[in-house]
Amino acid sequence: MSIGIVSGAYIAAAILFILSLGGLSGQESAKRAVWYGIVGMALAVVATVFGPGMGNYLVILVMIGVGAFVGQYLAAKVEMTEMPQLVAALHSFVGLAAVFIGFNADIEMGRIAAMLAAGDQAAVDALTGFAGKVAHKTPVEIGILKVEVFLGVFIGAVTFTGSIIAFGKLAGKVDGKATKLPGGHLLNASAAALSVLLLVMYMSGAGSWTLYAMTLLALFIGYHLIMGIGGADMPVVVSMLNSYSGWAAAAIGFSLSNDLLIVVGALVGSSGAILSYIMCKAMNRSFISVILGGFGNTTGPQMEVTGEQIAIDSDGVAAALEDADSIIIIPGYGMAVAQAQQSVSELTKRLRAKGKTVRFAIHPVAGRLPGHMNVLLAEAKVPYDIVLEMDEINEDFPNTDVAIVIGSNDIVNPAAQEDPNSPIAGMPVLECWKAKQVFVSKRGQGTGYSGIENPLFYKENTRMFYGDAKKSLDELLTKIAP
Amino acid sequence: MKIGTPKEIFDGENRVAMTPDSALQLQKLGHSCLIETGAGIAAGFSDAAYAGAGVTVVADAAALYAGADVVAKVRPPSDAEAKLLKSGQLLISFFYPAANKDLMELAASKGASVIAMDMVPRISRAQKMDALSSMANIAGYRAVIEAGNNFGRFFTGQITAAGKVPPAKVLVVGAGVAGLAAIGTATSLGAITYAFDVRPEVAEQVESMGAQFVYLDFAEAVQDGAKTGGYAAPSSPEFREAQLAKFRELAPEVDIVITTALIPNREAPELWTPDMVAAMKPGSVIVDLAAERGGNCKLTVMDQKIVTDNGVTIIGYTDFPSRMAAQASTLYATNIRHMLTDLTPAKDGVIKHNMDDDVIRGATIAHENAVTFPPPPPKVNAIAVQKPKEKAKELTPEQKRAAETAAFTAQTRSQVILLAVGTVIMLLIGTVAPESFMSHFIVFALACFVGFQVIWGVSHSLHTPLMAVTNAISGIIILGALLQVGSGSYLVILLAGISVLIATINIVGGFLVTRRMLAMFQKS
Repeated sequence: MSIGIVSGAYIAAAILFILSLGGLSGQESAKRAVWYGIVGMALAVVATVFGPGMGNYLVILVMIGVGAFVGQYLAAKVEMTEMPQLVAALHSFVGLAAVFIGFNADIEMGRIAAMLAAGDQAAVDALTGFAGKVAHKTPVEIGILKVEVFLGVFIGAVTFTGSIIAFGKLAGKVDGKATKLPGGHLLNASAAALSVLLLVMYMSGAGSWTLYAMTLLALFIGYHLIMGIGGADMPVVVSMLNSYSGWAAAAIGFSLSNDLLIVVGALVGSSGAILSYIMCKAMNRSFISVILGGFGNTTGPQMEVTGEQIAIDSDGVAAALEDADSIIIIPGYGMAVAQAQQSVSELTKRLRAKGKTVRFAIHPVAGRLPGHMNVLLAEAKVPYDIVLEMDEINEDFPNTDVAIVIGSNDIVNPAAQEDPNSPIAGMPVLECWKAKQVFVSKRGQGTGYSGIENPLFYKENTRMFYGDAKKSLDELLTKIAP
Repeated sequence: MKIGTPKEIFDGENRVAMTPDSALQLQKLGHSCLIETGAGIAAGFSDAAYAGAGVTVVADAAALYAGADVVAKVRPPSDAEAKLLKSGQLLISFFYPAANKDLMELAASKGASVIAMDMVPRISRAQKMDALSSMANIAGYRAVIEAGNNFGRFFTGQITAAGKVPPAKVLVVGAGVAGLAAIGTATSLGAITYAFDVRPEVAEQVESMGAQFVYLDFAEAVQDGAKTGGYAAPSSPEFREAQLAKFRELAPEVDIVITTALIPNREAPELWTPDMVAAMKPGSVIVDLAAERGGNCKLTVMDQKIVTDNGVTIIGYTDFPSRMAAQASTLYATNIRHMLTDLTPAKDGVIKHNMDDDVIRGATIAHENAVTFPPPPPKVNAIAVQKPKEKAKELTPEQKRAAETAAFTAQTRSQVILLAVGTVIMLLIGTVAPESFMSHFIVFALACFVGFQVIWGVSHSLHTPLMAVTNAISGIIILGALLQVGSGSYLVILLAGISVLIATINIVGGFLVTRRMLAMFQKS
């Protein structure tokens, strides 16, 4: 295939990718849009493989074959509750690939430099593909290439270790608490400063070791940065890493002069950035404060919570549900942990069969991944048209008979509105306490991730339905006739 | 423990403190139950029904008091009944200890413990045993029914073939439990209902029941219901004047007035003066639920129904709950049952009189030969302290427009600054970077721009599929690896090969899992 055809295929692929992302504006168009993405990817890969300057087809064939097998195996096997882990793991792959490709570019530059130094012009001219492109660059272009490679490797390495730690935290293999080495963010800052120094040295021809040294520093930054962020901030972290993986791809695109890589990298990068922004806004925290870990300082003593938590058993909940006409269910990470989504779905089905209005209220940061709750509920066959966003449903709580909170805490904390000294003051929350009755399914009396006392549990219209969410709901289901 | 309920001997009292249903529940707690023969007849529960629920029916009060460990009844005991109490026995009933000091001392001297159902503290946990609220609820409901019984017209407005009937207008004064029940009943019968209370914070509750809250044009420090345990406190003379003026204005309009205003330990305040009664239309009805304490209307005669010279009926009954004995008994028996549930924490039929429990301590007025009234203040506040509410300032149209213009200007300014800074940065890069870099940079900037535009449109519920699909397409990095794999260096081939492998995992895994997820989203 000539270079012109390859470019044409790249343009088509870029447009298909954009359509594929744009199609996600609705559930039905999304099902079509994913095919656009698949076709776009196939087009890009085929055009590249059969394009000019390629070789080692056996390696390509074997690697793609094995990769495709592993990929489809993972996709078929993964539980929906494990989606955050899978996404994090896939981010780390992009990061790692970016690091390797960056290294390769450096190696090729080294080879060409060696050839030129040996005066072997014939060997240089014989180079094809990427190496051939590098060989024809002017010194200024080589300089820019070095910056691009350096940047691509840096972002890739940060993404790689960061995603691995995020994966570990989400999978429960690494302690979810925010932990930092002594020195805290000063360590990150000095590692970053050192990397800049190494870049300058790399530019002035200090050799490849500066690139490798920087890689180690970047790996450390990725590790330490994510270790310092707590489990409940993972929606932001995962979207941030999503963004980084895009920027890494874009940087590699620059170093390889490949426009398609640049376009896709920029698309993915901006997508992740927007997701991070939405998540931060939903927590009323700045991006910086999330990345620096922990909650911001309070301006005064927190409002004291008075009253008591009143427990209720499944009989009481069942009786209240029988009497209710409108019910709103607010799922949170606790539902995912307890794997209670099937029971929730069954409960919904039975209540709807009795002619009651049942809806779901989803807070943007519920769960460990943006949109995590939607996917879990969809998996349990809850129709998506009764699953609503916070802004769509918040005004309906005063007209609701029963609100059921399943495994969420901070996203339903009235202190965000009532107590200006609360660490989460100003965070938009689901105003479930305005419903006539609120049931909270919760494992015990402890506070949520943020460690903030939740006045909701002490409200007069709140009843605590203690116990593992799945067990509680299954017990409740025995009391509600199908 | 044996729990016994005697027949109420107070004249006209139809209620009973145990029903067959509550007896069944009490037996689940490990207790056995006794009842005096005929105790439930007036409330519609026959001896046979009790016997069927496993209750032992005994012949007379003496036998009952002798046999029972716990005596549960409705009215405070008479002197004769109090004398039947024995040491170690527990009496649960209404008692009004402040008014019945002698009786209380008599019971204490007998060595009996007394739990006064009217002394149950008003905290959330104790709501299920708050018999005053249960009874007030019935009184409020019954007040509307009594009023309707004496009112010659429909409650609801109707348009019939024979002409139009206007709806009745009902004013409820005092929006406590009884008042709210009255409001609920009156609105559900179709009347236009107004309600007034000195505590403006109940306006929300009133409106939620479908009535209109009557606001006074009067600025005074807001009464804090939390300080008085949720009850009203006396108001200032000025406030009272404003209130009466408002009532005077309403009097000619309303057809039915239900007054429920009581202040703890005081005579009922006069709220409906004789001149208001005179201003009302003939056929109107006043139900005075405060009749027992002198009435909110001074023309009220306790326990009687009178008709004034201008044809206004004033009802001063004090036995509304007893007039609905079956309902009242059911609720009261349930309150008693909840009290006993708290007294038998192990559900083993053994009463544990825990004087450290706020609720039990508060309600106990005699224990172990001593009078324990009044109780210490409860540890928990009944109602959260009220916060002063801030009212959003109403903006005039000019202010609104000015604010909008200012916001627009600020937005324009920030956009222009952003664009200017961006352009300058581009120009700076352009001065150093070669042309080949700039052509890629254009692509990059445009792609970022497209990305931002497209991603904002993505539905929030599809954010997880979005992440999965971006994961898949970020596998495009495979192109880089493919371009390098044809190199002459084995190290490069190795690294590029690994990159191809993991990027393929990304692509295939990402797309397939996205498809799997999207297939799950089903419409109902």
